[in-house]
Amino acid sequence: MQIEMKGIDKSFGQNQVLKNAGFVLAPGEVHALMGENGAGKSTLMKILTGVYTRDGGTVTVDGKEVLYKNPQEAERAGIVFIHQELNVLFDLTVEENLFLGKEIRNRLGMCNQKAMRKKAEATLEKLGVQIPVDRVMSELSVGQQQMIEICKALMVDARVIIMDEPTAALTQSETAVLFEVIQSLRKKGVSIVYISHRMEEIFELCDRITVLRDGTYIGTKKIPETNMNEIVKMMIGREIGERYPKREVTIGREMLRVEGLTKKGVFEDVNFSVHAGEVLGVSGLMGAGRTEIMQAIFGNLSLERGDIYIDGRKATIKNPLHAMEHGIGFITEDRKTEGLMLEESIKNNISLANLGRISGRAGVISKAAEDELVSKAIEELHIKCFGPFHECNNLSGGNQQKVVFAKWIYTNPRILILDEPTRGVDIGAKKEIYSIINELAAKGVAIIMVSSELPEILGMSDRIMVVREGLIRGIIAQEEANQEKVMTLATGGTL
Amino acid sequence: MNENKKKVLNYAQDFGALIALVVLILGISIASPEFRTWSNFLSLLRQSSINGLIAFGMTCVILTDAIDLSVGSVLALSTALCAGMITAGVPAGLAMILALVLGAALGVVSGVLVTKGRLQPFIATLITMTVYRGLTMIFTNGKPISNLGDSFVLKLVGKGNFYHIPIPVILLILIFLIFFFLLNKTTFGRRVYATGSNWKSAKLAGVNIHKTKIIVYGISGLMAALSGLILLSRLGSAQPTLGDGYELDAIAAVALGGTSMSGGRGKIYGTFIGVLIIAVLNNGLNIVGVSSYYQDVIKGLVILVAVLSDRKR
Repeated sequence: MQIEMKGIDKSFGQNQVLKNAGFVLAPGEVHALMGENGAGKSTLMKILTGVYTRDGGTVTVDGKEVLYKNPQEAERAGIVFIHQELNVLFDLTVEENLFLGKEIRNRLGMCNQKAMRKKAEATLEKLGVQIPVDRVMSELSVGQQQMIEICKALMVDARVIIMDEPTAALTQSETAVLFEVIQSLRKKGVSIVYISHRMEEIFELCDRITVLRDGTYIGTKKIPETNMNEIVKMMIGREIGERYPKREVTIGREMLRVEGLTKKGVFEDVNFSVHAGEVLGVSGLMGAGRTEIMQAIFGNLSLERGDIYIDGRKATIKNPLHAMEHGIGFITEDRKTEGLMLEESIKNNISLANLGRISGRAGVISKAAEDELVSKAIEELHIKCFGPFHECNNLSGGNQQKVVFAKWIYTNPRILILDEPTRGVDIGAKKEIYSIINELAAKGVAIIMVSSELPEILGMSDRIMVVREGLIRGIIAQEEANQEKVMTLATGGTL
Repeated sequence: MNENKKKVLNYAQDFGALIALVVLILGISIASPEFRTWSNFLSLLRQSSINGLIAFGMTCVILTDAIDLSVGSVLALSTALCAGMITAGVPAGLAMILALVLGAALGVVSGVLVTKGRLQPFIATLITMTVYRGLTMIFTNGKPISNLGDSFVLKLVGKGNFYHIPIPVILLILIFLIFFFLLNKTTFGRRVYATGSNWKSAKLAGVNIHKTKIIVYGISGLMAALSGLILLSRLGSAQPTLGDGYELDAIAAVALGGTSMSGGRGKIYGTFIGVLIIAVLNNGLNIVGVSSYYQDVIKGLVILVAVLSDRKR
């Protein structure tokens, strides 16, 4: 099956995520799709498989233009998308999962268990994996669940299988099995679109690489004719410019130090420190364990081992309240599910982390103190709204993020952890957020900034810590840092 | 939809229950001269105090995205123990205070099961509901406890008047004001709403979710015990089946008042209106002479209409 996507455009509201994106898939090849987080890889594939509709551009399959209205239609045409979050029902058995919605029925309309079992076993055998079909899905390892997804694809005679970060949750041996399966599929003429951040895997497995950047097609290379450096350059090649305002800050004493933080299977032996007035950037790929490390420091995730020192003194942090008492603030990765009460007003959201500040000893809230705090926040952070009672749901991403900032800034944190502080925020609001970060640093706040955007990390940080698979791979000073170095560490290379 | 229309709809939502209440009162008043008397109005309010107090506690629980099915059983057990203590010679005033403390403690047990025990609120309180009812039966041996003497305090709670206004009505209004203050003017209130609105966000902002939920269940138990005391005073004896099914009337009042069953949204005055609607229906339909079989159907339909009109557009 030959697929050609050309000039694809796609916007969500104001936000254009794809402009002139595309790629060409040849029959029986394994084709890697690469790009930074947010480059548009998944969106492009969702357009191919009918999850989203395209705003512009053409998609042709075997020379005929197509427009799938939904994933089922794409599936009938032989194109199957295996998402990063596996689409399995954990309480059902393997067999029930494989035949969900396509049960084989006998003449009475009842499920034909025998026929289904036979077909399921036959397909699994074709894949060369041994999984009993009556096992409940939740008892299987992630690797095995992945195999079931591939098995599902084969049962509908897929000619093209798209895999989004298939190895993200797999062990090394499971990855090896997956690769064997992919090789055998290729021999049978099935094409694979392989979305991954892992450079070594791609060079081992794939035939060609297509790179997207900022939603635009950059180029396609044959694996034997390229190298990792060239691909990294294609992925990140853009000018940083003056998007990042300079700050004049003298870095002060150590505010936070962590030693040997460990949570098995998530992160191990994490050591680092942050100083007053410093911005420590934390880089790494999605799922590297950055967020989890920060959640643990904030007391929202329990540690197996390790010590946290604040102002040089050992601190016990068992829950977020302890962390706040030690002067730590935390702006979470996901403002919609964790940062905000979306259905509540700006006022109630800002107040929530500042209840002590706006209430008397008996816990009675002073209306005057609250009004003063909230209007000050709205003014100082330029939150665009109708007033303190504006529901957060109806704010733009940037303004929502400013509310989250407001919530924490007025707790007067001495250490502020930012997890993806500008995700889903437009350029204008981004700049404002950068200025807020710089002002805080100038006041002597120690800042840890986790970000998947390399330019942001390079532009804002004094030092850059790179995390890969739960391990700190290196800490680079700003003067010596560049995108290649950070990417190399993040994808498993050494400097 | 244009802005004005939206506004009207919003008002209709906010005041839907109130409008329903007014319409009901007017309708039944026209139909029945008996209904529209001052003395019937006072007795209606007095009848509503039992469900009202329980529903106020229930509102707090539901605001945290939980539920308390055990209130009827808490009421029965605390009342039975109170009556038992009084017949055993404990001064009535002391026995009543102990009954309130016990009610709160029984509520706290549900709260601990929900938080530390990680049981779903529905299941946790289904368990406490069953166990407490069983304990009541064991304690009373299935028979009412009467002969409570003629203690002044005990009589006062249910039968007393203050300037011709029944004490239960005064309690109802006083406690409504306390709840209004707690939920709207204190940090505790903010924590209750935040817990139900988005517990992840609340936890990260330093709210102790477990503590908040346990307190809320304690309050619910306390309110159940208090309304039990009013019943005890009025009936003069503790029945082991007392309070059976009261949780449903309380939940109905909360729902009528527009509180979201998934927490975070709702007003205590809404619950008050809900309580009054149920009381007017009970009282009015009786006076008008509607058969009790039809009464339940009508109550159900009124709740349906109120909840539908309350839906977010």
